[in-house]
Parts: sequence; structure tokens; C-alpha cells
Amino acid sequence: MNLKLRVWRQRSAAEKGKMVTYEVTDVSPDMSFLEMLDVLNEQLILDGEDPVSFDHDCREGICGSCGVMINGRAHGNGLFDSHPQTTTCQLHMRSFKDGDTIDVEPWRATAFPVIKDLAVDRSALDRIIQSGGYISAPTGTAPEAHSILVAKKDSDAAFDAATCIGCGACVAACPNASSMLFTSSKVVHLGLMPQGQPERNDRVVNMIHQQDLEGFGGCTNIGECSVSCPKGISMENISRLNHDLLGALRAGARPKS
Amino acid sequence: MVTVTNSGQRRTPKVAKTSSVAKKAVMAVSGIILVLYLIAHMVGNLKLFAGAETFNGYSEWIRRIGEPAVPGQTVLWIIRVVLLVAVVAHAWAAVSLWRQAKRARPTQYVARKAVAQSYASRTMRWGGVILALFIVYHLLDLTFGVANPAGHDATPYDRAIAGFSNPFVTAVYVVALLALGFHLRHGVWSATQTLGQSNKTRERTVNAFATVFAVVLTAGFLIPPLSVLVGIIE
Repeated sequence: MNLKLRVWRQRSAAEKGKMVTYEVTDVSPDMSFLEMLDVLNEQLILDGEDPVSFDHDCREGICGSCGVMINGRAHGNGLFDSHPQTTTCQLHMRSFKDGDTIDVEPWRATAFPVIKDLAVDRSALDRIIQSGGYISAPTGTAPEAHSILVAKKDSDAAFDAATCIGCGACVAACPNASSMLFTSSKVVHLGLMPQGQPERNDRVVNMIHQQDLEGFGGCTNIGECSVSCPKGISMENISRLNHDLLGALRAGARPKS
Repeated sequence: MVTVTNSGQRRTPKVAKTSSVAKKAVMAVSGIILVLYLIAHMVGNLKLFAGAETFNGYSEWIRRIGEPAVPGQTVLWIIRVVLLVAVVAHAWAAVSLWRQAKRARPTQYVARKAVAQSYASRTMRWGGVILALFIVYHLLDLTFGVANPAGHDATPYDRAIAGFSNPFVTAVYVVALLALGFHLRHGVWSATQTLGQSNKTRERTVNAFATVFAVVLTAGFLIPPLSVLVGIIE
């Protein structure tokens, strides 16, 4: 396959970026999107040019490192009916046609400043986790698994929420650049567990406070996040977060600043 | 999750004191108050079909609700104040969240493709602006009568007939009411979600209800003006 790529090039956060067009030839349909970018980078290095920076790690769709906007969609999710919702590294070139032009851009949000080209700083998500995405539990020998019972329905919903890999696609896809799907999945996966109850009220209040501090937008329940999420996390988590937050505020929980 | 870089280079964004979710809750609750009023308003409008006497009598009754327990127009003014507070709160929350969203993404995508958003959800903000402008015109037209062809001194029934006989006036109402329909379609769903009352099983029902409710309310509001225009009500 021969493709025309239009890639966002930006040398640093301080400099202005622009779309640059590259031709990539002899792309195998079995390559992943990232392998195709590797081919482009090898070609750029041979030509003495600066290779395109992008984040990646496991390349098997589980770590949440990679992620770019492909033809206006986060990870390319929603572009191909035949293709399951997944991460950029698991999107294969057979989804494209020979001669296609592909736009590749970084996640765009104030909270995700561009480091270089397609790589953005997502530590804002880490700071949201730090503000409340944990439980306090005694360390030591693992407790007997059956000593605290969890309803099957709750454990399933908590597990579904816990599949979030923190890639930031929800923020990238949201018209408001809101991280509500991310934050809600963290709030819900702990909030549904008995172990998550002691900090439940403080957790939701502090995580939402941190989310606002980081400069994310507010949720308007549009749903672009859920269809862009490589793990298909449901919007019901956002409703659960809202329920928790309003309950916590009524109970007098306030963010620690 | 990876991403460790020098956090010193990040500029601290301006942040509001009230949490974005609390603002959304203000928006949802004020929206519910306005929707309850709209239901009563729509039902009242249909009395145009019952003739001038009934309609004017109904209009007069609204001013006398609560009498003789409270002086005339007391309940009317309570309703007006509650509505004004609800509209102001709704608009404040909307403008504040709109600005937060603008700050959250200053650089737009070169290519962007939406697959989940509906026409209704995309037009919430500008649709809201249209509705706000319409409410001002609507009050000048039928409440204060200053923008009405029949003028301030005509009876409520005569004002309605005089206004809606004019195709341009009716056209303004039709556009605004369609905007209202779309606003309600997304608003009902969004408020349910914001108040934490939605989940995977309810999602479909809530969305179906939102569509039916928006259609019924819009149709209920559209029928009287269109009936005047085509001469069913004279």
C-alpha cells in the first residue's frame, strides 16, 4: 500500500506546529498503525530529517501509552464498522485503502500540552488519580478473598470501569475536552467495592476538583468519549459519578485545596 | 499510563470556584423548573381553541390564583420570580461551562469527525442563545404587548390572534419552538445523567422518553399559532 500522511509536527510546547505531508510507500496491510509510523520514521532518519515523536509501549492494546487522532477520531475508533474499538497500536493498516490520505494529530487539550509532534503530556490524569483514586488498606499478607463479599452485579460493573487504561482518548474526542469518562471510571471502580467506601465521598469531590484545576472542560453528555474509548467504557459511569458527587456535597464533603 | 515530564512548563489554567459538576446540577435543576412551567404553559395555550371568553377568563384566573387567601397577583409574581431565577441560573451555568470548554481546547483539530453527537446535543449552546432572544421577544409580544400588532390594550386572545395571523410572527415562533424541541431532546437526557439517575438499563428508556417528550411539547406549542395562521382559530 502507498499512503499519504498528513502529520502534526511541533518541535516543542513553546513552538507553533503545523501539518506536514509525507508519502509512505510499500506499507503492508498487516502492519499496525504504529509500525507504519516506524516505517515513516526510518525513511525520515535516512533522509536526515527529524523523526516523528509519538508515545507507545506495549503495542498490544493494554498499556494506554499510545494514542493519536486518526482522520479526526481518537485511535481511529468509529471510522471502521468492521474494526473493534481499540488502541492505535492495534489498528491495522488493512483497515485503510491504497492511496488513502490519513490525518494524524495529537490529543488536543489545554490539560494535555504537546511535548513534541504527536506526544502529549498526560500527567494531568496521574494527578487526578493522586487526588483520590486509591483506597487505604492495611499492608501485609493478602486477606482471605471471601472475607468481604461483593455482589456479582457490582463486581462486574466495577471491573468494567477498571478496564480504563488512562489513554486520554475520551478527552481527545470530547467536544469540551472533558475527562469525565476517565475520572468517572476511576471513581466507580473503587466506589462499587466495599474496600472503596471509607474514602468514597472525599474521593469524588477531590478528583472532580483536581479535574477542574487541570483545565479540563465540563461534561455535556454528548457521548463521543464512550465510542472513542478503546475499552468501550459506558456513559453510565458518568451518571454514577454525578450521583456520588451530589451525595458527597450534601454530606458536607469539600475538596481539600 | 506513562507521561512523566517537566510539570513546570504547564501554565496553571484559570479555574472557577464552583465545581463543573455542581454547575451542571444547577443547570439540570433550573431546567426541570422551566420544563414544568412549559408543560403548564403548553396546556394553557390549547385553551385558544375554546374561544375568546374561555381563554381570556383563563388568563384572568392566572392573576387571581390564591385569592382570597393572598392578595391578587401574588402567586403570579412568585411564579415570575422563580422563573426569572431559574433562567438566570440556567444561563449562568451554561455560559460558565461554555467558557470552561473553550479554555479546555484552545487549538482545534485540523480534521475532526463526530460519530456520537446528535444535532440536538451539538446545538445546545447556540440553541439556548436563540431561545433566550426569543423569550425577550415573546414577552414583548404577548405579555407586555408592546411588540404586538393589536397593542397593549387588546385582550390576551385578540393579541394572540393578531400576532399569529402574521406569517412572519408565526415563522419566528416556529423556528424558536423547533429550537426548543431540540434543546429539550438533549436537555432531558442530559439532566437525567447529570443528576445521576441514568444507568445502562435506563439509558434507552430515558432517551426514548426525551424524544417523545420533546416532540409532544413542541407539537403542543406549535398547534395554536399554526391554527391561527391557517384560520382554524379566528
